Amino acid sequence: MSTMLSFCQWLANTPFSSGIRESTYIYPVVESVHVLSLCMFIGLLLLWDLRLLGITLRRIAVSEVWARLIPWITVGAVLMVISGLLLFASDPVRFFGNIFFRVKAVGLFLALLNALAFHLGIERRIVEWDTSAITPRAAKFAGAASIALWAAIVVTGRFVAYNWFPPLV
Amino acid sequence: MSPFFQWLEHSWLGTSVNNSLWAFAAFEAGHLLALAVIGGAVLVVDLRMLGWVFPRQRVAEVATEARPWLIGSVVAMFLTGIPLMASLAFSKYYFNEAFRLKMYFLAAALLFTFFVRQRVALGDDVRANSMVAKAVAVMSVLLWSGVGVMGRGIGFY
Repeated sequence: MSTMLSFCQWLANTPFSSGIRESTYIYPVVESVHVLSLCMFIGLLLLWDLRLLGITLRRIAVSEVWARLIPWITVGAVLMVISGLLLFASDPVRFFGNIFFRVKAVGLFLALLNALAFHLGIERRIVEWDTSAITPRAAKFAGAASIALWAAIVVTGRFVAYNWFPPLV
Repeated sequence: MSPFFQWLEHSWLGTSVNNSLWAFAAFEAGHLLALAVIGGAVLVVDLRMLGWVFPRQRVAEVATEARPWLIGSVVAMFLTGIPLMASLAFSKYYFNEAFRLKMYFLAAALLFTFFVRQRVALGDDVRANSMVAKAVAVMSVLLWSGVGVMGRGIGFY
């Protein structure tokens, strides 16, 4: 933890960090990009998760929904990560000490874990259920878990702006 | 408009949100979640009209699938947005240029979506794949992006 804090303190003292922090325009522009790419990334990911749940796009094969959506989901994800890292770099010590930021980080880790579990698990047998409207229980679980985790990530991400709790560092 | 904004802030809704520690943040979080849903529901149809997603499915089929999510998220946006607006209606939003622009973009986006885009998307297949449809899709993305950017801008103004 102290290594991470040292890193945050080092980053905060770089001209890169203070440049974002002190600029009138960079922060609002980067945050707007973060919000708009959220629409693209989570909005389209939601359609994929709903297909896994057997709720939307049921007449399209699961593999095709994935193949068609993934380029756009990837664009959204890349924009989210770049803009998110820039926002973090603007004030790393404050973010590191924010309880909601830490919960969000755990949420992101769990969301990646969920995607990996799906990939290594039920996705391997996708030929058996690719075209069926009703998806297997494991696929439904992956979809529901993804929706719940990303919703929690959005909510805790928004709450980072509030200082209801004293900083942890 | 100023009497309406003053009345709204002093209404039961405005004062309730103002007097609560967590209500504003909770509605804000809900508003952001609905934004994600609206983003997907709008974008998937616009991308289809541009021919960039689900090219083997008809535009009308994609639009029909997205429709309940579009309408549901617009309703959720109003249900969470009105309490947010009420809480600071006169002391902040009435004088906020970004809020004003957001309302113009919102009115334009809603009218354009339900009176133009949905008609093109759900209508004749040839028109739904025409250059007109592509222009409609670009316009839709621009109008909704305007709503989002101005919404974020409220906090910076």
